[in-house]
Amino acid sequence: MAEPVVKAEGVHKSFGRLEVLKGISMAVNQGEVFVLIGPSGSGKSTLLRCINHLEEINAGRIWVDGDLIGYRQVGEKLHELRDSEIVTARAKIGMVFQHFNLFPHMTALENVALAPRTVLDRSADEARRRAAELLKRVGLADKADEYPARLSGGQQQRVAIARALAMDPKVMLFDEVTSALDPELVKDVLDVMRELAKLGMTMVVVTHEMGFAREVANQVIFMDEGVIVEQGAPEQVIRSPREERTKRFLGLVLER
Amino acid sequence: MQEEATQPGSPQRIEAVPVRHPGRWIGAAIVALIAASLIRSAIDNPNFHWDVVGNYLFDQRILNGVVKTIELTVLGMVIGVVLGVVFAVMRLSPNWLIRGSSWSYIWAFRGTPLLVQILFWNFIAALYPSIDLGIPFGPSFIHLNANDFITPFIAGMLALALNEGAYMAEIVRAGIISVEEGQTEAAKALGMTRGQTMRYIVLPQAMRVIIPPTGNETISMLKNSSLVSVIAVPELLYSAQLIYSQNFQQIPLLIVVSIWYLAMTTVLSIGQYFLERHYGRGRMRDEPMTLFEQIRSGWGARHADPDELIGRHGDQSGGGAL
Repeated sequence: MAEPVVKAEGVHKSFGRLEVLKGISMAVNQGEVFVLIGPSGSGKSTLLRCINHLEEINAGRIWVDGDLIGYRQVGEKLHELRDSEIVTARAKIGMVFQHFNLFPHMTALENVALAPRTVLDRSADEARRRAAELLKRVGLADKADEYPARLSGGQQQRVAIARALAMDPKVMLFDEVTSALDPELVKDVLDVMRELAKLGMTMVVVTHEMGFAREVANQVIFMDEGVIVEQGAPEQVIRSPREERTKRFLGLVLER
Repeated sequence: MQEEATQPGSPQRIEAVPVRHPGRWIGAAIVALIAASLIRSAIDNPNFHWDVVGNYLFDQRILNGVVKTIELTVLGMVIGVVLGVVFAVMRLSPNWLIRGSSWSYIWAFRGTPLLVQILFWNFIAALYPSIDLGIPFGPSFIHLNANDFITPFIAGMLALALNEGAYMAEIVRAGIISVEEGQTEAAKALGMTRGQTMRYIVLPQAMRVIIPPTGNETISMLKNSSLVSVIAVPELLYSAQLIYSQNFQQIPLLIVVSIWYLAMTTVLSIGQYFLERHYGRGRMRDEPMTLFEQIRSGWGARHADPDELIGRHGDQSGGGAL
């Protein structure tokens, strides 16, 4: 079998005295949708942020597309990567945030076209053409020239997805992307994600949308207090969980 | 504001008799009376010497002073802004020595009066008779005689610039930290370098916070440049002082000076308005009104609805909380 796109081994992460990740190992294969569920504070968002080096890990290793994240291994020793090297690695990883984080001083189109132009050195024309294409794909062709403040939350989040896709990432990370949305706007965003999954995009998704997880995920991990409690196919983890903690959590979430 | 469009079936528009405000009318009458008497005295009192004001308003010496004042303001401000950006970035450095030196600079230059700093620079030659530029403790490449190099103009400009740098550093720093962390993170996640993130994401958004106080600083700088008259730099005020030391027409010449300062600060205020508008784009749901529109709606809105004003203001700040 081919090398996994994302691989983590024994990942530990602490904020001061608080240990948030206590030895996480996982592998996400090409084209897989990998869903992380768990109560807030369980470390799932932190794990996502470690994958693209927004957080530095304290122990363990993470590889994306075969490259070690954050370090270069020379013999037994790890050397910190320089900023420019970290940046190159990050460009392969798309990330979508809970609060969209669109650039408010740029139009939707400029938001999508900026990074391809500055990071990938594409021409302005090409970047804009491709941005327009991507906005069309997320159903926002008519909003290209709007500033984020004039878009709904759901529309902003779809622009954010288009912005991440513009970098042609090897893997997309989704950090609770529907949590800040009004209920009626959630579906549009999930539809875009379903479409992406169908097209074979490798995705790591932190979410509370159990319906989405059951339908789209290839693998589900339930995390609690910094460890993986249960892992498997969605049918198994969500429908018939073995662990008590998983059952309790799902009971609370599915009750709504 | 556009409430005219009544929907079908909506209740009839209220046409109530407005409440009278006799107190306001009496107050307005008193103010008008005082204003009228002040204007009358300005016209009647011969000591104003308006003819002298007219004679000197475009006097060559005054115009030269205006040019010097503008030079001092522009140079002081440009150097001040550059220093401000440098020291602001230094203050945000993870290295404590860099952070500390920036803090010390701001502490020293904000903590002493500008007038003292101006005098200090004027007498710098007494402290350092010669200025050598080169490697510290090593060879020097440029040798300058302080007395020749630090002319009163240079001394005044340096004092204004270094003082301004300290204030600008705090303004720029406030602007940079006002940009949400999520913005830097999004830029990082897209693979942008620190430099690119600063240039394309942080500074353009910080500008919205930096521009208004910088406009105020420029206006202050223009006025504070009059302080360098104490070291005999022939800017606007000193030029006028030179004239009235000979003809003893102090009041008319000070009026000339004031007219010029007012004219220049007015121009700066207008420029500031357009800059703020430019950097505020994308922040408001409604495009901001042009100056003309604002004046027009100002005429129309004699009974401005306070809720409307608050609502508009709330929109401006609310736009940032994406």
